[in-house]
Amino acid sequence: MNAADTAFVLISAALVLIMTPGLGLFYGGMVRGKNVLGTLMHSNILIGTVSVLWAIAGYSLAFGGDIGGLIGNFDYLFLKDVGMTAKEGVDNIPHLAFMIFQCMFAVITPALITGAFAERIKFSGFLLFTTLWLFVVYCPMAHWVWGGGWMAKMGALDFAGGAVVHMSSGASALAAALYLGKRHGYGKQAFIPHNLPLTILGAGLLWFGWFGFNAGSALAANGLAASAFVTTHLAAAAAAVSWIVVEWFHRGKPTTLGMASGAVAGLVAITPAAGFVGPMPAIIMGLIAGGLCYGGVLLKGVLKYDDALDVVGIHGLGGTFGALATGVFCSKAVNELGADGLIYGNAHQVWIQFISIVATWGFCFVMSLILFKVVDLMVGIRVSVDDETKGLDVSQHSEVGYQL
Amino acid sequence: MKKIEVITRPYKLDEIKEKLTTIGIKGMTVSEVKGFGRQRGHTEVYRGAEYQVDFVPKVKMELVVEDGLAAEVIKTIQAAAQTGEVGDGKIFVTTVDEVIRIRTGETGNAAV
Repeated sequence: MNAADTAFVLISAALVLIMTPGLGLFYGGMVRGKNVLGTLMHSNILIGTVSVLWAIAGYSLAFGGDIGGLIGNFDYLFLKDVGMTAKEGVDNIPHLAFMIFQCMFAVITPALITGAFAERIKFSGFLLFTTLWLFVVYCPMAHWVWGGGWMAKMGALDFAGGAVVHMSSGASALAAALYLGKRHGYGKQAFIPHNLPLTILGAGLLWFGWFGFNAGSALAANGLAASAFVTTHLAAAAAAVSWIVVEWFHRGKPTTLGMASGAVAGLVAITPAAGFVGPMPAIIMGLIAGGLCYGGVLLKGVLKYDDALDVVGIHGLGGTFGALATGVFCSKAVNELGADGLIYGNAHQVWIQFISIVATWGFCFVMSLILFKVVDLMVGIRVSVDDETKGLDVSQHSEVGYQL
Repeated sequence: MKKIEVITRPYKLDEIKEKLTTIGIKGMTVSEVKGFGRQRGHTEVYRGAEYQVDFVPKVKMELVVEDGLAAEVIKTIQAAAQTGEVGDGKIFVTTVDEVIRIRTGETGNAAV
């Protein structure tokens, strides 16, 4: 047990927590004014529901004893045997510290999906979907990658959640956009962000919290944490710049929303790689991610689905690129528990990463589609046209964000 | 010249604008307003206390047209804005004495 490590992981858990309200602001600024509270609620209430579900059963399903490489067992149900002493395999911090750090990841992941069904989902359907999704999609994914499941055994590298958090939410977001359909009037009227300063504040909080997300994933206050901290920062910085450069050429003006979106795209891309690559590859990954995700966001116009706040374009595409690039740039010189990537002569790592990408997209997309169908049959998933026109704030919560 | 003032549902704005453009209308002024008529407002709840909010968000369009165009414009607006439910709004028509284009000083129909 190590006091510095424990302090660092607890602080990192708090940093990851702040990402969820930050994400709420990031998304909340991008919707129309009549949906601002509904959108903030989508992120923030998950801190409530997911945290409780995680303590009751989620943690055990993700990190309990391995069952066939697929899911955890019920050893830690109701946090039984999760105490102040260390967990087997993570002997430097209390088991409780590890559990609560992981809890924050489970909270933000379904919150990421909410950008895809923003402005049109029914609140009851949303709660049921995210609850089922946690158990059916997130817990298995977390187990496969971090809980000793098949992806970890195969050697797939995912330092802080490229597959578990970003690809999974991106793939589920695509299912959401396809199942729920377009917002009323989409394509005919302008859907303009109502408060970009909120969005930029949210992006700042995400960036800040992401240091806990990535550096904290070292689970120790050591050199690897410092390395992950630096790669995280540099990738975000590079992507913020590359996004506005690309849009400057493409549309003639650099935008603040582009700067914020680029930073998030860079953070997403570096997430699987943070503890496996050096600073210069991180800058290269950021530069590519900013331009790539700018293109990803334009894709929805071509393919004609309404991914309202671009979860597929940024988290899906950015996460996928990050996972592949991890296989290219990873180095045992950075992390001896990792592997050498393509540029160090190990092309096989890219193939392993590719398999993990296909499996993650396929599993999360299909399961999410099924869950949306189930929830739709049980409580309904989409609000009426009338409620959508009034906005989610009044129709779902009887409140409005701004009183004139 | 006639001034046509429309108060209607916000989400109908684009449809009305589009239809008016196709019959040759080249300009209009739009504002976001709140009001009530026969349509009920909604309830807001803050920490358990319920408030009845009577004023419903609406959009107000104003345009001035030549006398001869007024009937067609009104017909077009009504067709585009109608849902048949309470809350579709109203169209007010008034006679305008004079119109002056500030830049050139043109008056009357030439300035519309």
